[in-house]
Amino acid sequence: MLAFSYAAASDTASALTLAGAGSGGAFIAGGTDLLQLLQEAVIAPRCLIDINMLPLSDVRVEHGSARIGALTRLSDVADDPRIRGEFPLLAQALAETASPQVRNMATVGGNLLQRTRCLYFRDATVPCNKRQPGSGCPARDGLNRINAIFGGSEHCIAAYPGDMAVALIALDAELLVQNTQGERRISLADLYRLPADTPQQETTLAPGELITAVLLPPNNAAQHSHYLKVRDRASFEWALVSVAVALDMDGSHVHQARIVAGGVGTKPWRLARVEEMLQGGRLTPHLTRQAGDCAGDGAAPRAGNAFKVPMLQRAVERALLTAGGVA
Amino acid sequence: MDNQAELPVTPASRFDIDLVVNGTRHRLAVDARTTLLDALRNRLHLTGTKRGCDLGQCGACTVLLDGRRINACLTLAIMARGHAITTIEGIAADGELHPMQTAFVEHDALQCGYCTPGQIMSAIGLLAESRGTDDATIREHMSGNLCRCGAYTNIVAAVRDAAARDA
Repeated sequence: MLAFSYAAASDTASALTLAGAGSGGAFIAGGTDLLQLLQEAVIAPRCLIDINMLPLSDVRVEHGSARIGALTRLSDVADDPRIRGEFPLLAQALAETASPQVRNMATVGGNLLQRTRCLYFRDATVPCNKRQPGSGCPARDGLNRINAIFGGSEHCIAAYPGDMAVALIALDAELLVQNTQGERRISLADLYRLPADTPQQETTLAPGELITAVLLPPNNAAQHSHYLKVRDRASFEWALVSVAVALDMDGSHVHQARIVAGGVGTKPWRLARVEEMLQGGRLTPHLTRQAGDCAGDGAAPRAGNAFKVPMLQRAVERALLTAGGVA
Repeated sequence: MDNQAELPVTPASRFDIDLVVNGTRHRLAVDARTTLLDALRNRLHLTGTKRGCDLGQCGACTVLLDGRRINACLTLAIMARGHAITTIEGIAADGELHPMQTAFVEHDALQCGYCTPGQIMSAIGLLAESRGTDDATIREHMSGNLCRCGAYTNIVAAVRDAAARDA
């Protein structure tokens, strides 16, 4: 590991000060992704600011809404009976995230900000526009089996790898973000940026801003939601394709549908066309097949990941059948 | 946890810390970069905790932190200051093997043995989580520990057996 200094923040204000402009600082909480990035010299922060002492690790559920502190460990969210009851989609996505050891360490805020698993980003000996802007993107014509089919640019096709964000966006989650001026509230969907010609800028957070909580509105889809994760092995593996389905239904009638896909986009990918097809319709095997068929519309696959298009189509169909109780 | 008293609030690259391992407090001077795994193996010479991938993928470095299983390679020693750490060296009591160790021996749940300390610490962590002990649950919740010899069948049997005796 390259040398860095370390400081522990005693409260949010001191964390923000330590991470101030020009500090070269990075927050560390669970550390499960950061340590990998440090071990492989993918990143070289001047200072790590430990935020584990901040009082941000509680889950509150009131009147159907939830507020999840950014330092809550993934296992504590996944095992929380109120989250399992009111937001089963989230609990399900988390139960399929990483390994038990990692879930005991990793935090909600850090998980949202995990970096891509693109092979070229993680290998500091090769070019990568995300790691070293302007150096090129070997993934476009290289080993791109795990890369994105949506949202890429000529500069970057790195897939967003996480599960939780996919489920949270289907649940309309918002974030509380703290900076030295105060607090702001943003939609989680607006956290992530497309790579365009600045793939090194992955989020809309300003340097030194801190995610303090995830907010969930009351969930009308608790009875009809499903997270389907398709991967190379049965457990402890990133998604090749994942689908979060949240249906607000009355009988077989779909009032509202939120469908978000993981593993396929440069950010968690909302399938608006699929949602439109379902909204106001009756959830039949015929409709789920049609909806699945259009899940790959607009995809721009590369040589190694074209399989993700039919995989996504059928994953959407299967997740809809399961969520709707049609299967 | 009692690390509030000496919270290192000013950025520095070397620290004197207290690591509490298997009930014993150790005063150590560490670099900011020192992982918990390195501190255990290279400084405290507790080499039962193994280095496999150093990237959180194999689970050979699994230890308990405040009773919960974690990967020692994915945390810095400085971040573990003051927490109660349990390693494979700390689970036998009064010369008697821990029931999970006994189960691994009885079921021959290993070949080369390199992953075994991590498997055992992970299995102890799993039983503390009270998740059920059917084979599917054990397999899913032991997925953070790889065994390249492929002793999985006997590992599952050992965990199942230890869970039954624990109940």
